Amino acid sequence: MFKLSDEGVAYVKKELERYETKRSAIIPCLYRVQSENGGWVSPESINYLSELMDLPVAWINEVFHFYTMFNKEPVGKLHVQVCNNITCCMLGARELTEHISKTFEMGIDELSKDGKITLSKVECLGSCDTAPMMQINDSYHENLTPESAVKIIKDMVHGN
Amino acid sequence: MEIKLLSEHYDKKEFQSLQGYKKYGGYETLKKAFSMKPEQIISEVKDSGLRGRGGAGFPTGMKWSFLPQNGEPRYLLCNADEGEPGTFKDRLMMERAPHQLIEGMIISAYAINSAKSYIYVRGEYNYPIKVLETALREAYDSGLLGKNILGSGFNHDMDVYRGAGAYICGEETGMISSLEGKKGQPKLKPPFPAIKGYLGKPTIVNNVETLAAVKYIIRDGAKAYRKHGTEKSAGSKLFSISGNVNKPGTYEVALGYPLMDLINNECGGMKNGRKLKAVIPGGSSAPILTAEEVQKTTMDYECLAQMGSMLGSGAIIVMDDSNCMVDLLKVTLHFYHHESCGQCTPCREGTGWIHKIVSNIVSGEGRLQDIDLLEKISKQMMGRTICALSDAAAMPTLGFITKFRDEFEFYVREGRSKVKEVMAHA
Ligand SMILES: Cc1cc2nc3c(=O)[nH]c(=O)nc-3n(C[C@H](O)[C@H](O)[C@H](O)COP(=O)(O)O)c2cc1C
Ligand code: SF4
Ligand code: FES
Repeated sequence: MFKLSDEGVAYVKKELERYETKRSAIIPCLYRVQSENGGWVSPESINYLSELMDLPVAWINEVFHFYTMFNKEPVGKLHVQVCNNITCCMLGARELTEHISKTFEMGIDELSKDGKITLSKVECLGSCDTAPMMQINDSYHENLTPESAVKIIKDMVHGN
Repeated sequence: MEIKLLSEHYDKKEFQSLQGYKKYGGYETLKKAFSMKPEQIISEVKDSGLRGRGGAGFPTGMKWSFLPQNGEPRYLLCNADEGEPGTFKDRLMMERAPHQLIEGMIISAYAINSAKSYIYVRGEYNYPIKVLETALREAYDSGLLGKNILGSGFNHDMDVYRGAGAYICGEETGMISSLEGKKGQPKLKPPFPAIKGYLGKPTIVNNVETLAAVKYIIRDGAKAYRKHGTEKSAGSKLFSISGNVNKPGTYEVALGYPLMDLINNECGGMKNGRKLKAVIPGGSSAPILTAEEVQKTTMDYECLAQMGSMLGSGAIIVMDDSNCMVDLLKVTLHFYHHESCGQCTPCREGTGWIHKIVSNIVSGEGRLQDIDLLEKISKQMMGRTICALSDAAAMPTLGFITKFRDEFEFYVREGRSKVKEVMAHA
């Protein structure tokens, strides 16, 4: 059974008071659930959140399904998101994505064999002057080459 | 030449903190604003000729004066969703100068008599959000937000709201739905947000850069602000420039600045000395300009409209002759198809069809009549949907296939790109 930590529960309570309406707290609370659930939001955690927030499950599901940053399935500890929009593609993002995919033997939106990495293609991340670039979990990595991108990922997998 | 109005101190790390910001005159303009009547501020903003920097270019002072005068509470929302491909200037502004935005917002809120504002930031912008949250805490701790700000009697609360990944939440009514805790689907206008917005209350939505500019208009006066730019495109603008240039980045210049000068001077010319092929002047929704057109382009609202394109968000994507236009249209259409919220048939179906047709061409399976079909579908997608996303997909499509028709025809005939080897499967 999924449950938030005590701090997580306190966070939800605070968010419920923070905005003009309780409903506005759904996005921030889903983020919290995602981060305490290893990077994705499970169906059972939605029911749990609905009870905790005292808001209809349908409201929470509506938000969960609409926004792309809520992961619908388990993801690796490293979520590698390579921008595949226009400027990044002009400067080699697709070749880079393919290189990562081959090196770690995983397809797009799939987990690597060791279950540690998920690779996704995403839309423009507002960092086109440093293209090609990728986001891993919360941080941006810019001005990449296929080799530097793989090195960054390897270093992170090994916890450097 | 670059001008340093909004961006004057962006190179200084200390400008991020309240203390550093104050060193360069930070929050002095707020004091000045409190010595003025709200109506005076609105008329100053009107006289300045400031137009929205988020994409549509609507006159800011005029938008503010649409608010009903019925004593209802009203909200101010700062649009920091910055999703238009090619755009990154708002991120820079929030990271380097969070207090500049906050000061501009308090002044704007005072002008429109709003007690509550939100900065809606796209979910991926973790770092800017952290910077803003710190800045807001500093502002509260020094009495710049909250009750009776600086003894003026004006109360205002401000908060940051983090989006969760949806380009459509940049559209103002989509953003309002999202902030209300719903899916971010746009609503039919009218009613405009100024009449019925957040929680059904009158709401002003403005872009980050627009609200920051308000500070300088009040600091220097409308007349001084108007010294930059042209008659109809007043002031300075931050352009996000990316692509095949030597020094991509954000540059502030006066509106009306020649596009070729931006490329050659600010951006240090074309990378590897290659030949300029085309430029997208206002984010990926803006129709593309050929190299020949670029020579005649100045970066202001009128010139770009005259060229059949738009200034949009001020995102300039520079392309050299190694780019395949068919391929880049495919990349762009993937985006619009992915981001359509699906409410309107012409948009939902149209973006799907045109993306599929161009993908087929790229895979070498196109037919000559497909190019005409693209044109036909695109035309049917325009002007008949709830929001402008459908047009934003159709307009660039028409631009690409009209201006680079020979490349599309070549691709269909030969089953390959005229320019380069394209990764058809990616
Ligand atoms: C599909 C779509 C996406 C948009 N995205 C943004 C955005 O990311 N940022 C923004 O400021 N305006 C965006 N806009 C424009 C807003 O709807 C609105 O016009 C703007 O925020 C108003 O502020 P301004 O007058 O200061 O420009 C978008 C519009 C559409 C149709
Ligand atoms: S035009 Fe497209 S994105 Fe806009 S409301 Fe309609 S379906 Fe949604
Ligand atoms: S196109 Fe990749 S960050 Fe903008």
